[in-house]
Amino acid sequence: MKADTLLIPQETEALISGCEAIAQACRLADVDVITGYPIRPYDTVMQAIAKLISNGDFDAEYIIAESEHSQFEIVKHASAVGARVFVGSSGVGWFYAMEALAVTAGLRMPVVAIVGNRALDDPGAFGVEHNDAMAVRDLGWMLTWVDTAQEALDTALMAWRLAEDRRVLLPIAIGMDGSYLTHSQVLVKVPSQEMVEQFLPPYNRGELQLHPDNPITIAPQVNEDWLIEIRKQSDDAMRRAKTIIPDVYADYHRIFGRGDSPFFEEYMMEDAEVALLGQGTIAMPIKVAIRKLRAEGQKVGLIRLKWLRPFPTAELQAALSNVKAVGVIDRDYSFGSPFHSGVLATELRSALYSLDKRPPVVGFIAGLGGREVTAENVIEMSNITTQVAASGKSDTETHWIGVRG
Amino acid sequence: MNPVTVEVVYRGIYQKSLAQRIGRGIVLAARKEGKVGVSFGRYGDSPERNGIPAKQFAIVADDELELQITMARYEPTIVDITIAVDDTLCKGVESWAWYGTQPINKLLHADGLLLVTSIHSPDTLLQWVHRQPYEYDIAIVKGPASLSGLWVYKDDHTDVRVLGTLSRVAPQLFGMNALEQAILQEWNDNLKVVSAKKAFDRAVTRRVRSEEGNPAPVQDYEKPKYWEMQEGIVVKAIPVGKGFRGEDEGGFQPERNPYFKKYSTRTMRPVVDFDTCVKCTLCWLQCPDSCFDVTPEHLYDANMEACCGCGVCEAVCPVEKCVTMVNETAFIDNTSQYEMWKQDPQAYKGWVQEKISQEKPVEHRSHGFRYRGQYQEEIAAMQKEEEA
Repeated sequence: MKADTLLIPQETEALISGCEAIAQACRLADVDVITGYPIRPYDTVMQAIAKLISNGDFDAEYIIAESEHSQFEIVKHASAVGARVFVGSSGVGWFYAMEALAVTAGLRMPVVAIVGNRALDDPGAFGVEHNDAMAVRDLGWMLTWVDTAQEALDTALMAWRLAEDRRVLLPIAIGMDGSYLTHSQVLVKVPSQEMVEQFLPPYNRGELQLHPDNPITIAPQVNEDWLIEIRKQSDDAMRRAKTIIPDVYADYHRIFGRGDSPFFEEYMMEDAEVALLGQGTIAMPIKVAIRKLRAEGQKVGLIRLKWLRPFPTAELQAALSNVKAVGVIDRDYSFGSPFHSGVLATELRSALYSLDKRPPVVGFIAGLGGREVTAENVIEMSNITTQVAASGKSDTETHWIGVRG
Repeated sequence: MNPVTVEVVYRGIYQKSLAQRIGRGIVLAARKEGKVGVSFGRYGDSPERNGIPAKQFAIVADDELELQITMARYEPTIVDITIAVDDTLCKGVESWAWYGTQPINKLLHADGLLLVTSIHSPDTLLQWVHRQPYEYDIAIVKGPASLSGLWVYKDDHTDVRVLGTLSRVAPQLFGMNALEQAILQEWNDNLKVVSAKKAFDRAVTRRVRSEEGNPAPVQDYEKPKYWEMQEGIVVKAIPVGKGFRGEDEGGFQPERNPYFKKYSTRTMRPVVDFDTCVKCTLCWLQCPDSCFDVTPEHLYDANMEACCGCGVCEAVCPVEKCVTMVNETAFIDNTSQYEMWKQDPQAYKGWVQEKISQEKPVEHRSHGFRYRGQYQEEIAAMQKEEEA
């Protein structure tokens, strides 16, 4: 074997769940500090990380906190002193950490978290809804959703690079659908350490690092003379992040051959007259349904949104300007919102509003509490959207799909 | 080919690791033949509880597109192969309080395969397995149910014996060569390969005809519409009971959820000798499921529709061999023991003797159930502690 072939980076294949894939990403990114507090479905990642550490495959400060609030406070502080960090939670656990979540974004700490999406109590339930992670969408957290264990691993590696970028320094939450993604074991390509080192530079906070050699004060109390400027800084950072995301994906694609579409995945959109839009694992039954509908001659396509924050407004405007109607499938709710829509439908209507020629948006709420969204459900939603496209009029009704009654 | 869907029905906690290993083994072995797959537990079963029937699934397909049809699901609606890793599950499984007891072969389609680990013959198992209007195959992996604890896995090779049997009777999943490679990759254990090959050699299937099986009707259920449900997440309580068998007076029988029978959790059941009972009430007080009906003469009849087989009654009973836990496979139905005794006390005595003599005495059950005399031991220990 020639010497240079030995340097070709290799990937190995493993049968692992989405949470186990995230644990592998933590190992490959050589994360320094990890905090945990158990709640389903996120906690599978705690087990996977504990196993990696106890097997001697991974070395990190692994702290089990006494609550989610402390769990998120600890990584925030560790991030301030220059440690690469990982954390996560689910459902009401994420909410228990809310104060820490808000200050993490305010302090511009590049914390990378997963949210194993879970319905909020009450009633106690474990199935997926996206309202938990969405609670931070206005605070300066970047928010992304993944749909496979492979994408979970890839996105986590990109997340540290993006969050820790000196031009960004914002926390990132990766939404992972409970059960379907967190708990299903599939075949995943796990990159080698060498490949990851080519992609992910060490975390360097520079002059913002809290260290005895760099005496600084973080977050003194301010009054009305200061705060709006600080908010504008976060706004600028989020705007910059939007421009950096494509570069990060391009570089990831160069090394790993995956991650070629940064903001959303387009499936059979080239000639689509009707588009469906959703995020997370719901893309799987949507794709199955689209193949069936296409076989019957219906020109339906899918946009699987990856980044909710920053929201890819211009890109979505371009992708949807020629369709006759968009059906937005929300796995979340926003009671009392305009048209009683879910969050995605409201955001998309807003994003398309500035277009001179804009397609009508049809809102759907489906799959709450982990209810399966079947290909038949998707065909029902596609048919409603097709009817709206034919009528050319906007549809202000929000359709609840699969509800008994 | 179409995707091949396998479900592993198992006893919660006691067989969780076993079911996961079988699920992973199926996907890893199929991968050696270039296929793809997914392995996942039924999410709603977790957090698992001791003995409650639970499910693991493995789905194998030729490519990712084909596999996608099966993805993002909680539970497949139809399966090609059902594996029951404890034969008492053949009596029916009940995972949720509102479904009632459902047949072990509920999801199995015509010409599918039911694979059971058991020391019994297919004929014996078919006394319990619900009748289906179509034919399918049954295969036995000979041996007792492999039951472990949550943290300790009893590696008795049941996992690879099931996989070895599959490679023979379901070659559409994977062949023996692929399985051998997968076993070595996953467990790096040549002995496991030997066990898998032995199982392969011994595997036989038998056709189950549509007139075979337990003809008992399957419980029906209907979930309410959203506007029929009480607002505020309020659920009405089940009323307290009445007298024995619903009479106004004499004894006591609690009212029970008609859909939640609990007996599919049972791997053994108490056999009560009413002639030696001293009416101390301990079994009735300690039973965590209130399964004892109090008869008008203040005897305690373990209601076999409500008993989950935990063994507390045997552990607390102060009379020798008054309550004895006996393997569930020794019984065909849930007939009331008290009524058998009332009808013919002499015949009942013989029946009790026959049932309890089959049971090998065990000091500590492997899978967490209590044992005879445990209560007295615990009381003595507590007294000692108090004195100290």
